[in-house]
Amino acid sequence: MSKKKVKLHKYSFPDSRGYFGKYGGRFVPETLMSALRELEELYTAAKRDPVFQNELKEMLQSFAGRPTAMTFAERLSEHYGGGKIYLKREDLCHTGAHKINNTIGQILLAKLSGKKRIIAETGAGQHGVATATVAAKMGLQCVVYMGEEDIRRQELNVHRMKMLGAEIVPVASGSRTLKDATSEAIRDWVSNVESSFYIIGSVVGPHPYPMMVRDFQSVIGKETRSQIKYLEGREPSILLACVGGGSNAIGMFYPFLDSDVQMVGVEAAGCGLRTRKHAATLTKGTPGVLHGSLSYLLQDVHGQVKVAHSISAGLDYPGVGPEHSSLKDIGRVVYASVTDRQALDAAHLLSTLEGIIPALESAHALAYLEQLMPKTSQKDIVVVNLSGRGDKDMPTYMASGITRRKK
Amino acid sequence: MMNRLRQTMIRCAAQKEKALACFLTAGYPTPAKLLSLVSAVEKGGADIIELGMPFSDPMADGPVIQHSSHVALKQGVTLDWILSQVRLIRHRSEIPIVLMGYLNPIIAYGAEKFFSTAALAGVDGIILPELPLEEQDRYAGLIKANKLANILLVTPTTLPARISVIDKRSSGFLYCVSTAGVTGSRKNSIDTRYIKEVKSSARKNPVLVGFGIRTAEDARRAVHDADGVIVGSALIELIGKGKSFTVVESFVRRIKEGMQPR
Repeated sequence: MSKKKVKLHKYSFPDSRGYFGKYGGRFVPETLMSALRELEELYTAAKRDPVFQNELKEMLQSFAGRPTAMTFAERLSEHYGGGKIYLKREDLCHTGAHKINNTIGQILLAKLSGKKRIIAETGAGQHGVATATVAAKMGLQCVVYMGEEDIRRQELNVHRMKMLGAEIVPVASGSRTLKDATSEAIRDWVSNVESSFYIIGSVVGPHPYPMMVRDFQSVIGKETRSQIKYLEGREPSILLACVGGGSNAIGMFYPFLDSDVQMVGVEAAGCGLRTRKHAATLTKGTPGVLHGSLSYLLQDVHGQVKVAHSISAGLDYPGVGPEHSSLKDIGRVVYASVTDRQALDAAHLLSTLEGIIPALESAHALAYLEQLMPKTSQKDIVVVNLSGRGDKDMPTYMASGITRRKK
Repeated sequence: MMNRLRQTMIRCAAQKEKALACFLTAGYPTPAKLLSLVSAVEKGGADIIELGMPFSDPMADGPVIQHSSHVALKQGVTLDWILSQVRLIRHRSEIPIVLMGYLNPIIAYGAEKFFSTAALAGVDGIILPELPLEEQDRYAGLIKANKLANILLVTPTTLPARISVIDKRSSGFLYCVSTAGVTGSRKNSIDTRYIKEVKSSARKNPVLVGFGIRTAEDARRAVHDADGVIVGSALIELIGKGKSFTVVESFVRRIKEGMQPR
C-alpha cells in the first residue's frame, strides 16, 4: 500500500495553551478554570515524578494485566490473503477494554488531589465500569452519568457499575447518549468542583484532558512497537483503530507519529454517510466548540450540534478529540468510516476465524480490513487495536441475527 | 452616542440605584411572545435585557434554561431571528440589550459578521461564559472593534488577583456568579463575603450578581455590596408556567423595588 507519506519531526503538541495546531483549548466556564490549572500542575509534576510513574506502572501490571498480548491473526490473514494481521489485545485488560489504562492514571491523580468524589460520563459503559473499578479499589465515591438510550443498550455494564458500588445517574436530555451524559457530568463538576475529580474517558474536553488521556493510553502504542519489533524484527506497516472520541486510537498512534508507519482511524458511518444517521465526525463534520474544546463537530448550519448515530454506543458521539482533528488536517492520519452492518459482519468474521468476540467499537476497525487488505502485500504488517471485548454487546449481536449465522 | 449600557450604569450609580438585568431565553415560550415579554420586563423596571441565545448543548445551564433553550430551538430560533428581534425592540426602546450564549452558533455564523451585525441591530454587550481569560484573545478584539461591551464573569473559585485582571478585561459590567454551579442552582444562601471581595477587587466595572437570584430577598442581600443583580431562571420558570405579562411585570417590579436602599 503506497500513499503520500507525511512525516512529523519533533511532534510536541499540545502547546502551553492546550492547542494541537488550531484545535483544542479551554472553552469552559470560569468556575472550572482554577480546577483545570490545578490539574495541569498536578499532572505535570506527576509526569516527572518517579514515585508516581512507578505506582502507575505497577498498577497497570498487577491490576490491569499489562502488557496485553499481541496476537497473530493467522486465519484472518489467510482469509484476506494480503499482509499479516496482528491484534493488539486491549480486550484482555481488566474490565474488558483499554479504558482502564486511563482511569488508573487519573485515579492516582485524584488520590494526589485529595478529592474524595469521582465523576465520570460513559457511553458504552466501558469507561464507567473502568472508573467504578478504580474508585472501588481506592475507596472513593463514584458517580457515573449515562444516557438513557445507552443504559438500555448496554445493560450489562450498568449492572457491573452498580455492583462495583457506583451511583448511575440516567440522563434524559437531548439524544440521551454520550453527548448528553458528558454535558451532565460537566454540570456536576461545575457544581461540585471543590470536592470532586472529573475522570474524562476520552481524549476530549478542555486542556489538559486530551493530552493527559493520550499520555495514559499511549502505553498501547509503546507496547505495540516493542512487541512487533520482537515478533517481526521491524516496525509495523499500518495501524488501525476505531475513533469515537478517539482515545484507543491516539493511544495506539501517538508513539508512532514521528515514524513512517501509516495509520488509519475508523469512524462509525452508522446507516451510511449519505444518511443523517452516522457518527463520522472527522469525515463529515466541521470545526466547532463542544464540551470545552475546538475540534471537528457534527453540526447544522446554525451551529447546533447534531445527534450522532452508531450501533456502537462507544462511537455514538458528534465530537472527536482535538488532536485527531489536527492529525487529519495535516494528513498524518487517514480517517475512514464503516457502517453498522460492516461492523457486525466483521465481528462475526473475527469470532469464527480467530475465536475472539470483539466489542462493537473495535469491530469498526476490523471492518476496515475489507478495504485495506486487498491493497496490501505479503510483506505488510497490519496491527488492529482490538480495544475491547464483546460481552457487553451480546444483546445487540443477538438482535442483529449474526449469532445464528452459519460460518 | 454613548453606549446605552454604560449610560444606564452611570445613571444608576448617580442616582444610587441598584440595577436589574433580566434574562429571557429568546424564543421561549414562543418566538411570538418575545417582544411583549421584553416590554413587560421593561415596564416592571428592568434596566438591562439579557437575551439568551439558545444552544443544543448548554453545559453551563441548569434544567430551567436547558428546557427553555430546547423549546426555543424546536421552534426554529436562530441568531438571525434574534438579531431581527433586537432591531424591532430598537424601534421603540432604548433599553440596553446584551446577548448571552455559547460560542458554537457564533462560530458557525461567522464571528466577525455576527458581532458587527449585532452592533448594527442595536445590541450593547456580549456575554460568552465559555470564554475564560485564556481564550479571550481570539474574540475580544472583534467585540471591542464593534463597540460592544465584553462582559466577563468571575465565580467563587476565581482567586482575588485573577478577579482584578478579569475586571480590567471586562467592560459594561462585571458578572459576579453567585455560586459555583450552573444557572439557577444556588444551594446555599447568598455569600455576601464573597460578593464584597469581588466588589473590592473590581475597580473598573460595576458588579452585577447573577445565578440563583430568585426573590426580592435574594436580590437585596446580593446588592448589599454590589451594584445590581441578574435574574434568569426564576423569571423563565414563571414565564414557563404560562403566567400573564402583568404577572411577569409585577415580579420584576417586586425585585427592582425590593432591592433599592431604603
